[in-house]
Amino acid sequence: MMAFLNSISWVAVAFHTLAAVVCISALLVVFVRNIVHAVLWLAVCFISLAGVFMTLDAPFIAAVQLLVYAGAVCIMAVFGIMLIRRGHMGETNLFNSQVWAGGGMAVLVTVLSGVLSFRIRYVGSPPAVPENTVDNIATLLLSKYVIPFEVAALLLLVALVGAIFLAKEVKAGADSDR
Amino acid sequence: MLTLTVSLHHYLILAAALFGIGLFGVLTKRNAVAVLICIELMLNAININLLAFNKFMTPNDFIGQIFAIFVITVAAAEVGVGLAIIIAIYRNKLSVNLDEIDWLKW
Repeated sequence: MMAFLNSISWVAVAFHTLAAVVCISALLVVFVRNIVHAVLWLAVCFISLAGVFMTLDAPFIAAVQLLVYAGAVCIMAVFGIMLIRRGHMGETNLFNSQVWAGGGMAVLVTVLSGVLSFRIRYVGSPPAVPENTVDNIATLLLSKYVIPFEVAALLLLVALVGAIFLAKEVKAGADSDR
Repeated sequence: MLTLTVSLHHYLILAAALFGIGLFGVLTKRNAVAVLICIELMLNAININLLAFNKFMTPNDFIGQIFAIFVITVAAAEVGVGLAIIIAIYRNKLSVNLDEIDWLKW
């Protein structure tokens, strides 16, 4: 029994389980008819994606994924849904009239990229990712990639100001005061 | 004995499947918020690819992980602005059905 347990690659088991959860919850995001339930499945998808990132030796990205996606993006989507008032939430996540064209397109892109990905050749057993990823990422972000880092900060500021401006309550008759 | 292994191709196939599901949602959803959510799924598929290439191709350079951080940053900004636009449209049109948003047609 112990020999059997030791022979299993647990990373592979974790990857396959998490991949199944990711795919099923992503399908449910698209096919569930209630948009609030879709956001719930989106959170499940993001959390299991954080697990996939852990199997890729990226614990920092996994933590960021949990904080930003599972935390902020899902909550923001729920806020957006709640601000768009609707008497009942059923039938809020429907398809438009181009399901077959869109489905064909999606299948085409998936199959094409899946087939093309098998043409990639790489070293069979690459060197392991260094244990301490946060140190390396921080050093690189503040030295080699400092300009993209600052530009990202500027982008977030612009997005913040833009979102406040766009979503600001428009008062009736505000135009005539100008 | 189980011969389960994980190679780069496994991750690429997972990313392709997730990207396809997201693309399907973007093309066929009627609710603007649902389209935004599906764009997030597509961006996450790209993040899987970046991290997988980081692990299997250039494990010591961390290029993929840094790119993934920037993708997450841009995605967060995109969700904020996108939801603000959707709320502004809803205030004018009282609908988030993308089939009815046709102001740019003439």
